[in-house]
Amino acid sequence: MAATQMQTDIPTPQDATDTVKKDWPGRWSNMNKFLDRRGPFCDSGFIPGHGEDILLNQCRILVIGAGGLGCEILKNLALSGFKEIEVIDMDTIDVSNLNRQFLFRQSDVGSPKAKVAAEFIMKRVAGVKVSYYYGKIQDKDEDYYLGFHLIICGLDSVEARRWINATLVNMVQDDPERIRVLIDGGTEGFKGQARVIIPTITSCYECSLEMLSKPTSYPICTIANTPRLPEHCIEWASVLQWPKLRENEKMDTDDPIHIQWLYETALARAKEFDITGVTYSLTQGVVKNIIPAIASTNAIVAASCCNEAFKIITNSQPYLNNYMMYTGNEGVYTFTFEHQKKSDCPVCGIQNISVEVKRDITVEDFIDFLKEKPDIQLKKPSLTKASTNEKIYWQSPPFFEQKTRPNLEKKLSSIVEEGDDILITDSSLPISLTVKISYV
Amino acid sequence: MIKIWSIKKDNSSAEKKKPKVSAAQIRVQKDLTELALPETMQMTFPDEHDLLNFNLSITPDEGFYRGGIFRFTFNINNNYPHDPPKVRCIQKIYHPNIDLEGNVCLNILREDWKPVLNLNSVLVGLQYLFLEPNADDPLNKDAAEDLRTNRKNFEYNVKQSMRGKDVKGVYFENVLS
Ligand SMILES: [Zn+2]
Repeated sequence: MAATQMQTDIPTPQDATDTVKKDWPGRWSNMNKFLDRRGPFCDSGFIPGHGEDILLNQCRILVIGAGGLGCEILKNLALSGFKEIEVIDMDTIDVSNLNRQFLFRQSDVGSPKAKVAAEFIMKRVAGVKVSYYYGKIQDKDEDYYLGFHLIICGLDSVEARRWINATLVNMVQDDPERIRVLIDGGTEGFKGQARVIIPTITSCYECSLEMLSKPTSYPICTIANTPRLPEHCIEWASVLQWPKLRENEKMDTDDPIHIQWLYETALARAKEFDITGVTYSLTQGVVKNIIPAIASTNAIVAASCCNEAFKIITNSQPYLNNYMMYTGNEGVYTFTFEHQKKSDCPVCGIQNISVEVKRDITVEDFIDFLKEKPDIQLKKPSLTKASTNEKIYWQSPPFFEQKTRPNLEKKLSSIVEEGDDILITDSSLPISLTVKISYV
Repeated sequence: MIKIWSIKKDNSSAEKKKPKVSAAQIRVQKDLTELALPETMQMTFPDEHDLLNFNLSITPDEGFYRGGIFRFTFNINNNYPHDPPKVRCIQKIYHPNIDLEGNVCLNILREDWKPVLNLNSVLVGLQYLFLEPNADDPLNKDAAEDLRTNRKNFEYNVKQSMRGKDVKGVYFENVLS
């Protein structure tokens, strides 16, 4: 009740149907307290009084993922004044989502998450436009991602996050106008993190791959010989027995018949070794590597992501630099630090140079030229034509060395056209080097 | 500070010749081109354009398994190096750390895998399994027991199995050819 009284200066609409198109005076007065005046930490470029216009009329924001984090993010953005939102998600709603993915109802089970989430937000929050795409992020190209001012990612898949990160970093192409800030949220049980990735400028998602906690796995010899835990029995069923007994069948962890088979196989094994605790749901959890999702972790991480989005878009306060980790296992703890770029990052660590060479230079002479070039100092460079992935010359393994050796005496210009890129790997490079070729 | 509103909208699709190569692919490429393969290892690629699936044969020049050719398949997924490569022995062999289905007990292929490791680390690990089979991490319990209790007998069993003969009624694949 206290909260309601504090906000009595904000008129609220009388009924929900009223909200569809209309705005009302004072609706954004809380937001405007940050946007209409300077604060002690404001950036010097901040101009008071324009925030509402930026949020409401100019900013296009993309939300990737409409699951546990996505529902929170969409709700937060809409209530913070963002008016043009797009959401992508490839999944449909499962009954097990309903405890925390609060934009969905029982009757929505089976429908696309992106569609239901978009419609719910538009119905509930006046004047916000949420468009959606039900499909994979990989279906979209650079032009699509360039069409947003900022991208917030609430995904649970490492692979999908690596993809969007690499796409946004590669998209920059030395042109700062092509930078799109990525805010990445992630949760795992009671732990989570929010981070601000400015492609090519800050460390990227790939830079921190080693920090990820990896799925628990057990030594295969323990599974085979000395099981002690119910998990050992389940892994025995899925890792050793499935390939042995159902050799030509691909295991589908979403197929209840497959899970049932694994469960029964694991249960028999558990009986043999006097182990208790093998259940159907544990079997499902182990083979799908399910980590329990905690609603409050999602809420905290999503709040941080949207907080950063608001500050970055309005320029009203300094933003996170660049990594906030949260753990709620024992008490509530957050730690914020600047995660450093990694020089051997295969996404943002790729160096680029341009060289001019004679049109009649052979591949072999070109390799010597690279080795002698003092500013790069390569030892045993392997060359690949970037646009086609054609191997020009590889030092190793011998299988490819022998196949590409005949290219050494060919003219480089017969393989690589003017303006083409050559991708080079070499033990003296942290990851790789892209060389743009022009002929003289 | 980056200021979103000073970044102008992109007007053209400019030139886009960036390779559509994933980070996993670039890492594999780096790993492969920098391998220093010893004489005892050969790598072949059934599909030259597919760097993520290849074969490896090991021909140990010392130890119990000297003289055999041991064949493995490598399967790398697009989440490498977050996920380790999947390695399988495609022959039925008598080895304490490799079971009859070809599963390999090597810690860095599972519980101890880290993204800083690379293909070279895996190759070194595999090579080592043939030089120093290990009775403490058994996948083939009988073979491990033989190695622990009677090395001479184990050595004999290895030789028999490598010729395609049986060991206690289990027939193995001839790996001498
Ligand atoms: Zn990076």
